[in-house]
Amino acid sequence: MTTAIEVQGLTKNYGDVRAVAGLDLSVRQGEVFAILGPNGAGKSTTVEILEGYRSRDGGEVRVLGHDPGHPTRAWRSRIGIVLQTAEDAAELTVRETLRHFASYYPAPRDPDEVIDRVGLTEKADVRIRKLSGGQRRRVDVALGVVGNPELIFLDEPTTGFDPEARRQFWELIEALKDDGATIVLTTHYLEEAEALADRVAVIAKGRIVAEGEPATLGGRATAKARVTWADGSVETDTPTKTVLELSHRYDGEIPGLAVRRPTLEDVYLSLIEAPRD
Amino acid sequence: MTDLTTSVPARTASAKLPSPVRLGLSRAALETKMFFREKDAVVFTFSFPIILLALFGSIFSDDLPGGITVSQLYTAGLIGAGVMGASFQNLGISIAVDREDGTLKRLAGTPLPRPAYFVGKMLSVLVVAALEVAILLAIGVLMYDLKLPAEVGPWLTFVWVFVLGVSGSALLGIAASGVPRSARSAAAVIAMPFVVLQFISGVYIPFNQLPEWLIRIASVFPLKWMCQGFRSVFLGDAGAIQEITKSYELGRVALVLAAWVIGGLVLCLTTFRWKGRRDG
Repeated sequence: MTTAIEVQGLTKNYGDVRAVAGLDLSVRQGEVFAILGPNGAGKSTTVEILEGYRSRDGGEVRVLGHDPGHPTRAWRSRIGIVLQTAEDAAELTVRETLRHFASYYPAPRDPDEVIDRVGLTEKADVRIRKLSGGQRRRVDVALGVVGNPELIFLDEPTTGFDPEARRQFWELIEALKDDGATIVLTTHYLEEAEALADRVAVIAKGRIVAEGEPATLGGRATAKARVTWADGSVETDTPTKTVLELSHRYDGEIPGLAVRRPTLEDVYLSLIEAPRD
Repeated sequence: MTDLTTSVPARTASAKLPSPVRLGLSRAALETKMFFREKDAVVFTFSFPIILLALFGSIFSDDLPGGITVSQLYTAGLIGAGVMGASFQNLGISIAVDREDGTLKRLAGTPLPRPAYFVGKMLSVLVVAALEVAILLAIGVLMYDLKLPAEVGPWLTFVWVFVLGVSGSALLGIAASGVPRSARSAAAVIAMPFVVLQFISGVYIPFNQLPEWLIRIASVFPLKWMCQGFRSVFLGDAGAIQEITKSYELGRVALVLAAWVIGGLVLCLTTFRWKGRRDG
């Protein structure tokens, strides 16, 4: 398996504050990798270092085989960045903006096709100023992918989306992944990471505190399950057995039955709590 | 140090990066388009000198010695102010906005060569400034009997004063764009010194009515020299007597404006930030 991003011992200080404290990370080519973490954990700093926006104080970083501390045009043309907040190009139409940005790249995608891909064909000749927040984010994504990048960074892409817009956005990310791109995503939404990511990493206090598939993160798959029913609740390693026993006791249907494993959110919250002690 | 091997199929290895010159020109076309669509900016840039010229031209209709009218004097001065408005003020504000609204950050994340951004800004400013001059000249000629020079000489002077003036002021504007703390305060922070400069650079008030220390301050900045150069073009030899030194001092005009081009460039290269203050 080839790697798109390799980070070893990354550090970054802001004055006396250690924002990133020896972080190791590895993103495989073609996967969707989500980075989770509370505000101030070093998430944005880390991503901005990977994007070539910010310098680092220590550690080894390779993004597509290149040191992002010394970005070149050729390297920049292989990555796509979807910014967190941008209100630029308000007076241009969607199509004008996409065509213009496509001209920066050596082998861009067809701008009209990208517009179609993000579902803005009907709005292609509308000025960006007049778009809704969700449509505006789609333009950001379109601008991030129009250069046909091998690696795409998405920084909290669905903040402020309604649930329907978020679902549509997820489909878009899936489609980009199917095109063969590697996607690095930061998000505050655990269900988003669960829906999209092949692997997630949780950053707390400038370090990775857990890394793995969403389903197994932090021992989630093997954790005790909680079985709840109308008259009680029990935590157990063998929920199936418990349900069978209950079924016998009630002679069939168990009233108010629920079997629950820790959600990604439960695991996440326990992970970011732990290093504070 | 550990060897970090990565191998990713380079989708774009065979394709060549677009030429920086072409991208600079394409930025210029885009910037110009955006400028003219931004109604507020257009009004802000164009209206001030045009309204003032109409106003002053109507209020002051006296003749000066040498057969020059006050309105002619204002035409030349307001062309200088108009050029500086289109370059210094326009860029100082628009780049502060670019820094805050994400334009600069987005561009910095693309393979656009950074100089192409500045080439785009400079060229679009040249277009806007040339248009402004054309409008002011038309008003001057049609309403206030401004005589356009018939010989080639003054027009050559006009071209170099214009190009040096726009370039120097534009570079100064790019450097000044880092001063405002936010896009919202940019208009006030950039326009304030510019208005003061207009009052002490002989745009509205003739030099013989200004104290010497103010003239000295004005002499540091490009506006005084630009206006002086434009007066030489549009008032001709007859107007030279109105100057403090009884001469247009074109050599010094060239020297000071060229110094501002170089100084502005150095300021830009040493102080320009691609990040907003919020980005740390």
